[in-house]
Amino acid sequence: MSQSTLLQTRELSCIRNDRMLFEHLDFTLEPGQMLVVEGPNGCGKTSLLRILTGLRLADGGEILWRGVPIDRLAGDYYEQVAYVGHHDGVKHELSCLENLRLARAMGVPSTQSLDDVLEQVNLYAYGETEVGSLSAGQKRRLALARLLATDSMLWILDEPFTSLDRDSMAMFASLFEQHLEQQGLIIMTSHHDISLPGQSVQRLHLGAQA
Amino acid sequence: MSHRLSLNQAFVFLLRRDLLLALRNRAEYAMPLLFFVLVITLFPLALGAEPVLLARIAPGIIWVAALLAAMLSLDSIFRSDFDDGSLEQILLSAHPVAVLVLAKVSAHWLVTGLPLLIVAPLLAEMLGMPSSAQGTLLLTILIGTPILSLIGAIGVALTVGLRKGGIILSLLVLPLYVPVLIFAASAIENAAMGFEVSAQIYMLLAFLFLSISLSPWATAAALRMSVS
Amino acid sequence: MFLWFHKLGSPPHFYRIAGKWIPWLTWIFLAFLLTGLYGGLIEAPPDYQQGESYRIIFVHVPSAWMSLLIYVVMAFCGAIVIIWRMKLAEVVLISSAPIGASFTFLALITGSLWGKPMWGTYWVWDARLTSELILLFLYLGIIGLHNAIDDRRVAGRAVAILALVGVVNIPIIHYSVEWWHSLHQGPTVTKFDKPSIHWSMLLPLLLMAMAFQVYYVLALFQKCRVELLRRERNSKWIEEL
Repeated sequence: MSQSTLLQTRELSCIRNDRMLFEHLDFTLEPGQMLVVEGPNGCGKTSLLRILTGLRLADGGEILWRGVPIDRLAGDYYEQVAYVGHHDGVKHELSCLENLRLARAMGVPSTQSLDDVLEQVNLYAYGETEVGSLSAGQKRRLALARLLATDSMLWILDEPFTSLDRDSMAMFASLFEQHLEQQGLIIMTSHHDISLPGQSVQRLHLGAQA
Repeated sequence: MSHRLSLNQAFVFLLRRDLLLALRNRAEYAMPLLFFVLVITLFPLALGAEPVLLARIAPGIIWVAALLAAMLSLDSIFRSDFDDGSLEQILLSAHPVAVLVLAKVSAHWLVTGLPLLIVAPLLAEMLGMPSSAQGTLLLTILIGTPILSLIGAIGVALTVGLRKGGIILSLLVLPLYVPVLIFAASAIENAAMGFEVSAQIYMLLAFLFLSISLSPWATAAALRMSVS
Repeated sequence: MFLWFHKLGSPPHFYRIAGKWIPWLTWIFLAFLLTGLYGGLIEAPPDYQQGESYRIIFVHVPSAWMSLLIYVVMAFCGAIVIIWRMKLAEVVLISSAPIGASFTFLALITGSLWGKPMWGTYWVWDARLTSELILLFLYLGIIGLHNAIDDRRVAGRAVAILALVGVVNIPIIHYSVEWWHSLHQGPTVTKFDKPSIHWSMLLPLLLMAMAFQVYYVLALFQKCRVELLRRERNSKWIEEL
């Protein structure tokens, strides 16, 4: 393990419904690196991501951030993490801006203005619109906008490109590249083949052991 | 790189968000209040409108109805956030979850418990409760309804992930409500007869402080479990 | 000593040890039960006020004690589950719940049967009985919540939280109901409290209490073994059995 390793897992295991999904999982992640988790449906990709965010407890092993177990870090770890899961995590009765303001209140605000953030995800025109009236793709873009509204090093993304069209996917792919270039980390799963040329991408395949 | 908000700011933010959501979902929050009125109305219909009887049982009826209305309203604390993924985001916040939970429960009380302060005295009048007891009625509602929200939150947190959560919620929460019911109803009865109520009020206050200090932690633990 | 405890916490080890103890416990339980019943039903003199019908306290009182004791044990397990996440503690907790509920129910039934010759009705809103009724609901809540959650480990944690919340509330509920009872029922002396404690009555009572405790451990071991089989059915040590 080199000095610059930020995230490390040791002997991580996960049981769901009495089945062992994975065990003895070890990997490390350094600044500027991305980890893509692959595998068939039901092999534990989502569970792994949720364990890495701290939403779910691992059944064995530990996760270290800068060498310290994340359950000891608690709030300090959560500050560094931005998570976009299957749900968008946005309130339909609130406007786009209101939702982003809430995201900022929960974490560490980034220095960009919220208007700029909306601009970047092509939702500038919908700042004051209630999210309930947006399309699925627009809601997903708002969910991902959280990544820009807050200042977090580690992005954990579960199928981020769901409901997105090709242009949006390309736009977010370049945002991911930017994040990696700024020494951020990304862990994601995706059915879509995401290629980021020139970036350091690890691939982790689950479900090999059954 | 800027820093996260202070805990106070985050608390106020979440509180205001929930109040705003309640405002935009007015219909949903009016239901428990209507239920409260409806249940109380059923009693004279069932028992006959004899004034002496109604006045005698008024404190009990009002508080049982308040309990049932609280049960109905509890789902709204976490249901919506659970369904759209906002709850996860709150649990992933840099701030201590127990404090954020307290913000949400406070918002719930402001929206569901506080309105009872206006409606209950009217119904008490209709049931013929002596006006000497009105003050105590208001006091018990003021102290008692937050306890209902706080304890209820634990139950909702345990069941929010379940498909038929609402059914088992009553079984979990109503036994825990019994002490509040006993002391609140007794206080109003005593006041109606002109007796002392300080013992009951102090007990209710004790319950309130106990709930405020313990319930957010239990609720946070239950939420983590429900979301995992 | 600590090592022994640690070993006991491992499911396969517990399974074996519990299995060995079951026949012994059965004999010990029967011994206590028979001597207790003999002492209570035959040896002890009839109560000077209530005659023969008071003898039901030899079942009622120990049942009520057990109903409370088991809940405290469950809460203790709950604390262990939350702090150390020990699997066996989860198993003990959920296995104890139906046993505790049964004792509570038994206490209610015997209390009710006692009431008939005493007060002429099957139910009185006595402080003890009312508290027991609420306790029954608490037990049913734990059993119900555990059944409602699919993932056993998540269910284990949920009932741990619920048991801890319950144990904090039980004294509060008990006190509230006592207070309520004294308010509304007036000064009628309830014979559900311990009667004049004569040695010939106390001894059978204690024997029955011991019998019930042994029964609890016996039933607990049996249930835990079944629960362990259910939970660990995919693991190696089960296949080796």
